[in-house]
Amino acid sequence: MYLSKKKANITTQCVACGCCVKTCPFGAITIHKGICAVIDGQKCVGCGKCEAVCPASVIYIALREDVKNEA
Amino acid sequence: MKRKHWSDYLWIASSVYLALGFFNILFAWLGMICFITPLFLSVIGGSKIYCNRYCGRGQLFELLGSGFGLSMKRNPPRFLRSKWFRYGFLTFFMTMFLLMIYNTYLVFAGAGLREAVTLLWVFRLPWNWTNTSFAAPWAAQFAFGFYGVMLTSTVLGLVTMIIFKPRTWCVYCPMGTMTQGICIMKHRKERENGRKSETNSGTFKNIGQ
Repeated sequence: MYLSKKKANITTQCVACGCCVKTCPFGAITIHKGICAVIDGQKCVGCGKCEAVCPASVIYIALREDVKNEA
Repeated sequence: MKRKHWSDYLWIASSVYLALGFFNILFAWLGMICFITPLFLSVIGGSKIYCNRYCGRGQLFELLGSGFGLSMKRNPPRFLRSKWFRYGFLTFFMTMFLLMIYNTYLVFAGAGLREAVTLLWVFRLPWNWTNTSFAAPWAAQFAFGFYGVMLTSTVLGLVTMIIFKPRTWCVYCPMGTMTQGICIMKHRKERENGRKSETNSGTFKNIGQ
């Protein structure tokens, strides 16, 4: 069971700067091996704070169902 | 509210560094810490922990842009995050850095010291109010060149901070691009080695059978 219908998603052009990690109030984001940010779907509530702060604009908020369908 | 860590105050070090260059250019040598540490941490640790936690410049942009509200917080253009631009900018930056090293060598070989800081690779700002007589001329020349590199990146970072989001500089920062590239290569190698050992163990199993 998820906390929210929405979730943050990251595109492949992430620069791994770590701005989103600091901003996330739920600790749902980590930097994976210095390559890109990874979002823990269980913790993310789709608040959009990471999207607002991402300097590369590679984070977007979408409905979990939509992302599943895309995959 | 999250407790502040000592590393959250590294923006002070960045500001002090920039200020010290105005008093004595030889302080520019301290900037080598910002140059070597991220590379060392990414090569040894395989992470971008320097960018994520210890980058004083990034913190300074964050403070000025978000804390003081100097940023328009607009999305930067897409090309800025493209691999072509990021690696192109890294190549350009490193070429200019090597040119600066060459100029240092020329002074070491006997050429005259040029007391000027080059801003944005074009503008030569006279910087002859600091006393560099107690240092070797080549050391002073390197300091002028390196301070120019640091000042140029700060100016670029400030401009993009104002127009776009506070830490837009992080998107195309040559050090960030370089450390991310190192991490990608390092982990790719580890993965390949992992695969090889898996294949080898499979082969041994087959031989054993």
